[in-house]
Amino acid sequence: MNGRRSFLRGFFAVLLSGGAIEGVMKLFPSKALAKETARTGKWYGYGVSVDKCIGCARCMDACKNENNVPKEPFFVRTWVERYITRKNGQTTVKAIAPGDEATPEAASDRTILRSFFVPKLCNQCANPPCVQVCPVGATFQTGDGVVLVNEKTCIGCRYCIQACPYGARYLHPKTHTADKCTFCYHRISQGQLPACVEVCPTQARIFGDLNAAASPMSRFLRMNKIHTLKPGLNTEPKAFYANLDGEVR
Amino acid sequence: MNPEIIRSLQELLPQIQGYIYPNEIEIHWGLLIVVYPYITGVVAGAFILASLVKVFNVKEVQPLYRLSLLTALAYLLVAPMALVSHLGHPGRFYEILLTPQTSSAMAMFGFVYAWYLMAVLLLEIWFVHRTDMIDMAENSTGATRLLYRALSLFSKDKGERAVAFDHKALKVITIVGIPSAFLLHGYVGFIFGSIKANPWWSSVLIPIVFLFSAIVSGIALVVLLYMIITPLTGGKINMKCVDKAVDFLFYAVIVDFSLEMVDFIHRVYQSEEEIKILSEMVMSKLFLSLIIVQVLLGMLVPLLLISLTKIFKKRFSLNEDMRKMVYFISVILIQFGIFATRWNVVIGGQMFSKSFRGLTTYKMEFGGIEGLLYAIVLLALPIAILFVLMKVLPPWKELREEGETGTEALGGAGM
Repeated sequence: MNGRRSFLRGFFAVLLSGGAIEGVMKLFPSKALAKETARTGKWYGYGVSVDKCIGCARCMDACKNENNVPKEPFFVRTWVERYITRKNGQTTVKAIAPGDEATPEAASDRTILRSFFVPKLCNQCANPPCVQVCPVGATFQTGDGVVLVNEKTCIGCRYCIQACPYGARYLHPKTHTADKCTFCYHRISQGQLPACVEVCPTQARIFGDLNAAASPMSRFLRMNKIHTLKPGLNTEPKAFYANLDGEVR
Repeated sequence: MNPEIIRSLQELLPQIQGYIYPNEIEIHWGLLIVVYPYITGVVAGAFILASLVKVFNVKEVQPLYRLSLLTALAYLLVAPMALVSHLGHPGRFYEILLTPQTSSAMAMFGFVYAWYLMAVLLLEIWFVHRTDMIDMAENSTGATRLLYRALSLFSKDKGERAVAFDHKALKVITIVGIPSAFLLHGYVGFIFGSIKANPWWSSVLIPIVFLFSAIVSGIALVVLLYMIITPLTGGKINMKCVDKAVDFLFYAVIVDFSLEMVDFIHRVYQSEEEIKILSEMVMSKLFLSLIIVQVLLGMLVPLLLISLTKIFKKRFSLNEDMRKMVYFISVILIQFGIFATRWNVVIGGQMFSKSFRGLTTYKMEFGGIEGLLYAIVLLALPIAILFVLMKVLPPWKELREEGETGTEALGGAGM
């Protein structure tokens, strides 16, 4: 009797202490519950200066060439959207295609209130829903914060494509596995810039280590008012936008 | 490069409304993923019907007991086929069992499936048929004898204690089985409901709506099968049983319908940023499948029909044939309604862009692994499996329990 009583006492003591709570909390993906802790080492991020983009689509070309992305328009790792808001408040959007001429209609068309280009790519979320849902762990996050897909183990279930709020993923028609922007991981691990950043003629695209205080990336974050896409979803994107219009989703 | 994919995507281009992200033209989860939750729904629903007999002691539906269990098994065997065929790399399906990612709802598939198949359905069916299998082994010769001996796992004990143990085991399995059935279909709903990127899916009600629609589809299907099989094998439909089963079906449809309405009203009332594009989708691309088939034909009409039989049965003693016909039409309509429900969830969830600015479209192929033909094969396959299962483990004694004379012999003749 005494033994049982002392066992129960001990049991409830453990329950009341932090030990049990911690055990329960371990069941949840820790990143979903806690804000990102400070990191050491490299932690890559991406900057987009919306005002600087001229919609030349060289980035799209560069990306397709660099990463063996199918040439067809249905499969893209990065794309550029053109927004036109008219004076009546209506906004139309389209994705520009490489080869499209950047039409200068905005200057002559008096019904246009404002017009701008927005480059899009994988947001390389700090808290990526695609990694969470992948049933086999083929989509994973590297230590430096880049989300990659292992095409040798991806089973092609496309759950990650559904889970990405940014439309950044597609199923590669040749490999039948999920594919998306890797920040040109093969280049950045050699100290180079991603192809799209290197080719951008106006430096609308910026890349670098978020932890390096003196990098262009940190300067970009310091000097601009920064927004991210769909912040309400708690994905904590690492694609940061300067001068982002509220219309952009 | 696969020119066929490119060509089919090119054909979709003119049908796109508004702006969608460039990777969103292709609908990734197609007809096979519509079939999958439909099939698991039938499994869960049929099992719940079976458990009415064993756990809740609803004596009237006893004739449906074995039929529901076999139906559940037949459909469960087909469920993974829909999933595996849909994969980009079907040959790697086992990875989900060997290296499952614990944070993924989908990774639980193999375990939930195996648990339900091994720990619930097969075990229950074995205990139900154990003594019968021993009998059949004794009454047959050669290969058949060996088959039944193997199926009964070489057990021979038909003593009172063994039979009592069978009954006790059945009760325990069914009690474990009910939450397992809920788990099986609830987790399919969870796979959809937990995708926060997609506001059409992302709702805590989705798993519960899935559960109740599962109960609806399972009961309706077993009643339909019973009403077709019994006359075909020379039996007489036991109206007490059908009346009772339809009663349960009626309440399940009401709960299911109410839940879906709550979900709908909640969305409209909250009216978040996606509401415009969702209502545009419902009123254009999903009008036929959602408003007409799912709600009107699949729910309201059957509810009305069954209510009428309830009213008239009491007041004017509606004749049996009339009631049979009404039930028959209702359960068929409900099947179409539930299939449309699955369609509207799966396909509807991918028709609008996550930019909330446009709609894409779904073009069903006829041939090929994602095509209509294969989906029909998958939907027909459980019926074929059920036919075989019923030959091996005949449910006739129970199906015709109300003592239709002369049918026992026919049942014994190997139907």
